[in-house]
Amino acid sequence: MTENEKAARQKKISHAIMWIVLLLLFFCFIFPFIMVVINVFKTKGDIVKNPLALIGAHGFTLENFPAAMKKMKFWTVFFNSLIITSCATVLTIVVSSMASFVIVRNGKWKFCTFIFSLMIASMVIPFQVLMVPLVSVYGGMLNVLNHRITLILLHVGFSVSMAVFMFHGAIKTNIPVALEEAATIDGCTRWQTWWKVVFPLLKPTIATVGIINAMAYWNDYLLPSLVLTKKNLYTIPIATQAFYGTYSTDLGLVMAALLLAMLPILILYVFLQRYIVEGVASGAVKG
Amino acid sequence: MNQNTASYKVKQYLMFAGPGTILFFGTVIVPFLYGLYLTLTSWDGTSRSKPFVGLENFVNAFKDTTYWQAMGRTVIYSIFAVVLINIVAFALAYLVTSGVKGQNFFRAGFFVPNLIGGIVLGYVWQFVFNRAFVAIGKAISTGTTVSLLSTPNGAMFCLILVSVWQYAGYMMLIYVAGFMSVSKDVQEASLIDGCTPAQAMKNVTIPLMRSSFVQCIFLSITRCFVVYDVNLSLTKGEPFGSSVLAAMHVYNQAFTYKNYGLGQAEAVILFLVCAIVGVTQVMVGKKGEVEA
Repeated sequence: MTENEKAARQKKISHAIMWIVLLLLFFCFIFPFIMVVINVFKTKGDIVKNPLALIGAHGFTLENFPAAMKKMKFWTVFFNSLIITSCATVLTIVVSSMASFVIVRNGKWKFCTFIFSLMIASMVIPFQVLMVPLVSVYGGMLNVLNHRITLILLHVGFSVSMAVFMFHGAIKTNIPVALEEAATIDGCTRWQTWWKVVFPLLKPTIATVGIINAMAYWNDYLLPSLVLTKKNLYTIPIATQAFYGTYSTDLGLVMAALLLAMLPILILYVFLQRYIVEGVASGAVKG
Repeated sequence: MNQNTASYKVKQYLMFAGPGTILFFGTVIVPFLYGLYLTLTSWDGTSRSKPFVGLENFVNAFKDTTYWQAMGRTVIYSIFAVVLINIVAFALAYLVTSGVKGQNFFRAGFFVPNLIGGIVLGYVWQFVFNRAFVAIGKAISTGTTVSLLSTPNGAMFCLILVSVWQYAGYMMLIYVAGFMSVSKDVQEASLIDGCTPAQAMKNVTIPLMRSSFVQCIFLSITRCFVVYDVNLSLTKGEPFGSSVLAAMHVYNQAFTYKNYGLGQAEAVILFLVCAIVGVTQVMVGKKGEVEA
């Protein structure tokens, strides 16, 4: 055997070992999901008896789904989550990209640098420090809690700093000023230059900001639970929490509710997997 | 039109950045400053009057032993979780960039826990710990098996395990980007110079990935210190309040026991501890950064 063949063989063996290790790790990572999926089709008694069995003694059942959907008002909370997430995501993108445009292009203006530094500094503030004053100001003084729009605006307000930071980087490095000057000479106002020339060029960053924030809004629990306390306004995480509080012993229903709570985003992930992974990765590296 | 006049600039600013600035101030800056004021009052959350008490809340916060117990637990939890998250994430990143078959599939798979919110994950794992693992325990041993969640140390272990499982996939993506940024040339050069692959990893690749480490450790520290969702759904602070972490204690102090001023003071202390640890780590980490 030549040196080369030997090396190639060794590489093959090490790859095979790595592949097996990966497969084992992968199994560990999805084990909790497997548990939910195999138990969701069993009756309550079968789950208690043997949670590991693939099919319960009473056979395959779908009855957990309609019951759980009815009890957690699945469609209501699903649409609440959908409306809040989509509105907040779109608003975040529009509001923070516009803000970062003016901040980048007025870099010499002290006021802009001040606002920008303030935003960067504010990113270290954890939500726990803000929750009491938020409830006090928006609940006690202004009395605007229990409206979806309040939650949407609060979501946007919390993500503005991070999003401005990311758009700031993108505009500064990717958009030449000459392009804007050309647009101005061709007769565009600043407003038109922004919407017709610069904004369309920011697509990759828009996707990243959108994906990161949409996931955060969809899954957020603490802020929505403080803002929305009426049952018909609940989002999926709050509804799951409330559901578990009431039906925690009825394991069949719990499994169905948990699966329903995970399903929308998992389905989306199957189709947009590449974009989500790339978006999160580029967002994480920049952040 | 003169573009350098102050009024033009202000108009431009308001047109583009007005909404963003208002929302940012309304949700972050104003509540933050108002929150600092609240720490000086003994507000009960409902009454109109907010009696001014000076620094009493901070004195009480320092005397509040359950708070410092929760803080101590948070520190222990964070140390274990941060170290394990980064080891697992680095190992995963190494495996999924080594060129084996289906590495993109694995990369996507390890990321799945990040897609789902902490509340749902906590309940899923509660089921796994309370039912599935107990069933496995029964199957392989003859003695009685109890759920890990029913003992104080077990509950903390579960919290750490779930956090590692949840965040490893996310940090993996950052390490993957780090691996990609280290050029193949320097790695090959070190191999030709006689390094074993392990030496090349230790002496070439890892030092060049230092910024990835700094970033991952910073992100995992700042997340672990204020973890709440998983704590709430997985253990709810049980058994006997032995797994209440700092963020949960702050929440309970303010919203359950209605000590808003004290809770806010404790939140500010948590923020300071978290910020000091995070910033120190970044400064220490950046110091030794090397250029390729």
